[in-house]
Amino acid sequence: MITEKGLWNRLRLRLLFTGPTLFAFLAVMIIPFLYGIYLTFTNWDGISTSSSLVGFENYVSVFKDTVFWQSFLLTLKYVFISVALINIVAFLLAYVLTSGLKGQSIFRAGFFIPNLVGGIVLGFVWQFIFSNVFVYVGKELSIPLFSDSWLADPDKAFWSMIIVTVWQYAGYMMVIYVAGLMNVPKDILEAASIDGASLWTKMRKMILPLMVPSFIVCIFLSLQRCFMVYDLNLSLTKGGPFKSTEMVSMHVYEKAFLSRDYGVGQAEAFVLFLLVATITIAQVYFSKKLEVEA
Amino acid sequence: MENRNGALAWTKFIALLVCLVLFIFPFAMLLVNSFKENKAITSSPLSLPESFSFANYTNAFGKMSYVSAFSNSVVITVVSVVVISFLAAMTAHYFVRNQTKLNQYTFFLMVAAMIIPFQAIMIPLVKIYGSIGFLNSKWALIYMYAGFGSPLAVFIYHGFVKSIPAELEEAALIDGCTRTQTFFRIVFPVLAPTTVTIAILNVLWIWNDFLLPSLVLISPDERTLPLSTFYFFGTYTVDYGPLMAGLMLTILPVLIVYLFAQKYIIQGVMQGSIK
Repeated sequence: MITEKGLWNRLRLRLLFTGPTLFAFLAVMIIPFLYGIYLTFTNWDGISTSSSLVGFENYVSVFKDTVFWQSFLLTLKYVFISVALINIVAFLLAYVLTSGLKGQSIFRAGFFIPNLVGGIVLGFVWQFIFSNVFVYVGKELSIPLFSDSWLADPDKAFWSMIIVTVWQYAGYMMVIYVAGLMNVPKDILEAASIDGASLWTKMRKMILPLMVPSFIVCIFLSLQRCFMVYDLNLSLTKGGPFKSTEMVSMHVYEKAFLSRDYGVGQAEAFVLFLLVATITIAQVYFSKKLEVEA
Repeated sequence: MENRNGALAWTKFIALLVCLVLFIFPFAMLLVNSFKENKAITSSPLSLPESFSFANYTNAFGKMSYVSAFSNSVVITVVSVVVISFLAAMTAHYFVRNQTKLNQYTFFLMVAAMIIPFQAIMIPLVKIYGSIGFLNSKWALIYMYAGFGSPLAVFIYHGFVKSIPAELEEAALIDGCTRTQTFFRIVFPVLAPTTVTIAILNVLWIWNDFLLPSLVLISPDERTLPLSTFYFFGTYTVDYGPLMAGLMLTILPVLIVYLFAQKYIIQGVMQGSIK
């Protein structure tokens, strides 16, 4: 590459090309992130201009905050079930939609639609479905399962969160699986068919191993999105009934902005970040080992 | 053999059709009920409207301050996406063509930062920018989107800039282009398909984002579409007719764009995940 002459010219070029991006990136992500770590050691209440250092007091409060750990466990359960269902549904849809069916691109486009709309709006739409449409159907056909609103019952409200989450993300992950399945070489599958391999054998020995990169991406994305669920939680159940579906992200928000306990709230957010980062990095690291070449 | 395959294909097709109907069902309910009166909605949500009245729509249109919310959303989304694309492409290009240790570490830092969830940053972010009085404006929000959006965009561009032969740029330099001209006249146009991918991923995110704007935009006339939908729903909880119409109004613009750009959007998501 031809290099620019003169220190000044090189510096000017660097500033022009990387300056604005790096400024925004550092000032919006890195500095607040580091400052956030500092905040966890203070007792700032959100209003006063001064705050004092309190050492590890906030972290002690985090460990004592049983509501935080309850909602963390609830989130874990929610993430585990949702991620599993999202990926199973998405993979099955993608598999059927790459088998050369008529109108498959229309189907793909249709299943993707929920991803065009934000969690807030989707939550409100489903709130209506769960508490009006289902109740109406349940009463008309006297199905006890539906005759009361799902959102009024802690257990069913939890499952409604899962249903809507799976419905929302399955289409997105399906698109990624479709891209992966289209890259599975057709000739080796044909060769296996000629050698008499059954569909199940081909799936287990060839398709699934070759699809590992797609699984890594999809599980990573769904893990991250489900752990951090907030919009849907807010608009579908508002954490209710009786805070029974309050996911950890909503808990952090309320701790900081409603209870004005910024130090503890930030400490909880930081603990959450560490746990989620560990889980997602471990997932990517261990599943990379399953990757194979065609 | 032929017959069995045909039957199998039909079973698959019908199963898929049932799935798709289930997927679309909530939106269909929304559409049907948005034309009905409150009483009809609660007494028989499944029936078709008796007459087509746009009363709910005009009602929601006014109460949501739709025009203002819609134009706020458009300005914020468009400007943010343009800014992110330009800045990230320039930075990624610079990083690829100047592989110094510093640049490599900076790039690595950006990639690593993608794992930080927004919730881990929101409290200090609000504190910092609140204390210097830089909240409650579109421009503050756009600036923040540029910060949050740049890591992924730089990462995706980085992968594609590497595939552009350096000779192409050298030729332009020899012909008398400056570095900046070379970038804007040669590199950026070559990156167009990647830019489409990045634009699509960012539009889907920024248009629908709720938490960040809810923290940054305080006054009602700055609200974006998701925000005004949220406050509208909170204020008129039992007024089902206008609420349904309001939700339709929020969904409609995206659906219309999707109708025309469907192919690019699906491709954009595919491309964005592969890299």
